[in-house]
Amino acid sequence: MASYVPSTNEERLEMLNKTGFSEMESLFAHIPANLRLDGKLDIEEGMSEADAERKLSDLASKNTVFRHIFKGAGAYNHYIPAVVSSMVSRNEFVTAYTPYQAEISQGVLKSIFEYQSMICRLLDMDVANASVYDGGSAAGEAVLMCAERKKNTVLMSSCMNPQTKMVVRTYCRSYGFNLVETEEENGRTKIDKIGEDVFAVIFSQPNYYGCIENSEEIVDKAHNSGAKCIMSVYPVAMSMLKTPGEVGADVAVGDGQPFGMPMAFGGPYLGFMAATQAMMRKLPGRIVGKTEDHSGRDAYVLTLQAREQHIKRERASSSICSNQALCALTATVYMSAMGKAGLKEVAEGCYYNAHYLADMFRKKGIEVEYDNFFSEFVTCHKKSVRELSAKCMEAGFMPGHAIDGPDGKRILWCTTEMNYKEEMDKLAEIVGGAE
Amino acid sequence: MSLIFDYSQQGRRCSAPPVLTVPKITEPDPSELRNTDIGMPEVAEVDLVRHYMEFSKQAFGVDDGFYPLGSCTMKYNPKLNERTAAFQGFTDIHPLQSPETVQGALELMYDLQEKLCRITGMDAMTLQPAAGAHGEWTGLQLIAAYHRKRKDTKRTNVLVPDSAHGTNPASAAMVGFNIVNIPSDENGLVDVEKLKNYADENTAALMLTNPNTLGLFDTNIEKIAEIIHGVGGLLYYDGANLNAVMGISRPGDMGFDAVHLNLHKTFSTPHGGGGPGSGPVGCKKNLQEFLPVPVIEKNKDGFLLSYDRPDSIGKVKNFYGNFSVCVKAYTYITVLGASGLKEASENAVLNANYMLSSLREYSDMIYHDPCMHEFVLGLESLKKETGMSALDIAKTILDYGIHPPTMYFPLIVHEALMFEPTETESKETLDRVIRIIISIFERAKSDDETLHDSPSATIIGRPDEVKAARNPVLKY
Repeated sequence: MASYVPSTNEERLEMLNKTGFSEMESLFAHIPANLRLDGKLDIEEGMSEADAERKLSDLASKNTVFRHIFKGAGAYNHYIPAVVSSMVSRNEFVTAYTPYQAEISQGVLKSIFEYQSMICRLLDMDVANASVYDGGSAAGEAVLMCAERKKNTVLMSSCMNPQTKMVVRTYCRSYGFNLVETEEENGRTKIDKIGEDVFAVIFSQPNYYGCIENSEEIVDKAHNSGAKCIMSVYPVAMSMLKTPGEVGADVAVGDGQPFGMPMAFGGPYLGFMAATQAMMRKLPGRIVGKTEDHSGRDAYVLTLQAREQHIKRERASSSICSNQALCALTATVYMSAMGKAGLKEVAEGCYYNAHYLADMFRKKGIEVEYDNFFSEFVTCHKKSVRELSAKCMEAGFMPGHAIDGPDGKRILWCTTEMNYKEEMDKLAEIVGGAE
Repeated sequence: MSLIFDYSQQGRRCSAPPVLTVPKITEPDPSELRNTDIGMPEVAEVDLVRHYMEFSKQAFGVDDGFYPLGSCTMKYNPKLNERTAAFQGFTDIHPLQSPETVQGALELMYDLQEKLCRITGMDAMTLQPAAGAHGEWTGLQLIAAYHRKRKDTKRTNVLVPDSAHGTNPASAAMVGFNIVNIPSDENGLVDVEKLKNYADENTAALMLTNPNTLGLFDTNIEKIAEIIHGVGGLLYYDGANLNAVMGISRPGDMGFDAVHLNLHKTFSTPHGGGGPGSGPVGCKKNLQEFLPVPVIEKNKDGFLLSYDRPDSIGKVKNFYGNFSVCVKAYTYITVLGASGLKEASENAVLNANYMLSSLREYSDMIYHDPCMHEFVLGLESLKKETGMSALDIAKTILDYGIHPPTMYFPLIVHEALMFEPTETESKETLDRVIRIIISIFERAKSDDETLHDSPSATIIGRPDEVKAARNPVLKY
């Protein structure tokens, strides 16, 4: 049983002598007796690494890994280039702490600076932070950024991912904001009127149903009503679709998991946040800036720390302390590895595969709801989708997400660049045969 | 010292995604397409690798050297954790897969929750929060929900010691609470007499860490719990310092109603340069119904995810938590087991006391003997005598290839340096570090002016942080 403690019994005795305490127990004697744990912790005893590995391996083998994946809804099966995995497993990156000591952390700080720069370019925004926990919390933090003294309402698109909506709802309730959802028409956000009390409008691009929203129109409506606009985006789509910067969004957020992170049962993912120059000081979390040292050499540091909790405490704009540094590094290496051309090809793969699959479904008599989608789309079935999903899984296919539950009638399918013609043809057969 | 953009040449590329295998059925509407350049660098793989290799050599991790950051618990990150977290059965599963196809993942999370409950003396646990501060915010929302359900609308205040970490009041403010700062007494502990004055029917909760941010176990904790519970408030435990007491004392037994843990501190998961971490939140039965959804349940058929919690505070994050980080912590707990966790805490406390015994003479005050897993040196006198600040000492430490301690925290100690060696350091390392630090103090006392200019052995000297904030340059 390893505890990773280097000290031998002899060394421990030597150290105790130096401290003037006679035994280990003396170090804890001041803790009141009735607060001392009686006996041992009520958990199993430890084991060797080899035995622990076997235990974990057994647990892992109780999970089914599918080879044919057609589910998205917030977690995506994209290709992870080998060079990405390799670089982010470097011990120096993995075991480093937050780069508060800039002189020995220039590598980490520069990589975050690169990340911030790439996020700005991807989204056509002026400034980005060093990341937050995930896309859902990024949306919640964006709402806080837009808060204004005399207004208290947030207008949220009903067509957003339900997980994200729940997170935004939790953030709004925590802060005492009033949250209203928009209407929905034909799988898209429908906004007729925006009340005077609304300080922020938030929507997704593409939305939960995979539909491409008229982002320019939503941003304009928000601004015309005196509200800010937050655009939550699927980063892969940004290589193809109009960006938040192009349509004038005030804040852009989303989840960077598609950029080099595995699905990993939901985390860790990557919340990216970018904003216009005007909103810069409202960004929560860490930000890296460029400066010089006293010899005039280029130097990178954590900056604008006056926004943060360790300076402002209860007057900080958010309590967020850490970011998702290693995930941000992953995305940075991914974007560099893919480059302009690669990112565009990934987006095209997602798009054309989805339209091909939808077309194959239609040919088999499956009803496809909504036409103008990016890489996810909804089908509507005559019977409950439970059996259909089971048939897919039996054949080794992870089906789309049953958005109305396993006994509902609709499935949200997703394709990425990883899907290929043969498996999509096979899937269409299975799904068509079950209808 | 270039950035990746400096290596970009038009037409270069490395990774190629799979080739398109299907006919193009339709084209996107041109009015919906992006018109601006994507702007990503175009580099070859060999240059990409050399670039990030260079960066890795300009980083400093626990694997590079001693890292005594007080309050951060920079213990060794076992490599087995990396291996198990990378099992395909853990990385290549989708969070929305049918529950019967992810029983291993659900079992791991359920078992981890159970173990963390027993380690802390709590009744229920969620693994959803992604970090410590996120956990604090979650825990405070549980407390807010509790008072709301009781229809007790007067509970507007959260009490926070002046020695607390900044995330404590910030998290409480995010839930709409007013912060009331509680003074510490001359021993650095909560002033119990003053606390009685502050605790009243407006008190929603008191946030504490025990041992506190000075590394001292507050032996008055039972009295404190009595006072707060006596006025109908709840007690919240910041688990950042749990490494001092595993297998020795449990926050649940001390009277705490809710806790958060830092898997990336106490439970050995790597810090990653600033994340990802994981901040599970545990609570007693009185708060259980408010925990975030979904909740992992176990029945005769196995494990499932339930959203059926009408009083839940909702979700603080998409899906269920930082699962891979949970796998690493679970692996660690499996290897160490009951005795190993206690051994870790015992040795963490011993190592801190060993360092303190050699360095105490340089500090203005020592609060208590023994300290727990960390200690604070107050260097105000040194500064007055020699003009050398805690910052100067810390920056000089950089020149010796070790990471400095935490600077200027907690705020109640002037010119503070907080050391937390952790249990995973050998006596030789501690001896070498003690010699280095003593030599720096001696240099300070002999008016060695070069301390003001340190570090000098690193690739940059002290950065101009004022300029960075005044003229922010935040992208290439």
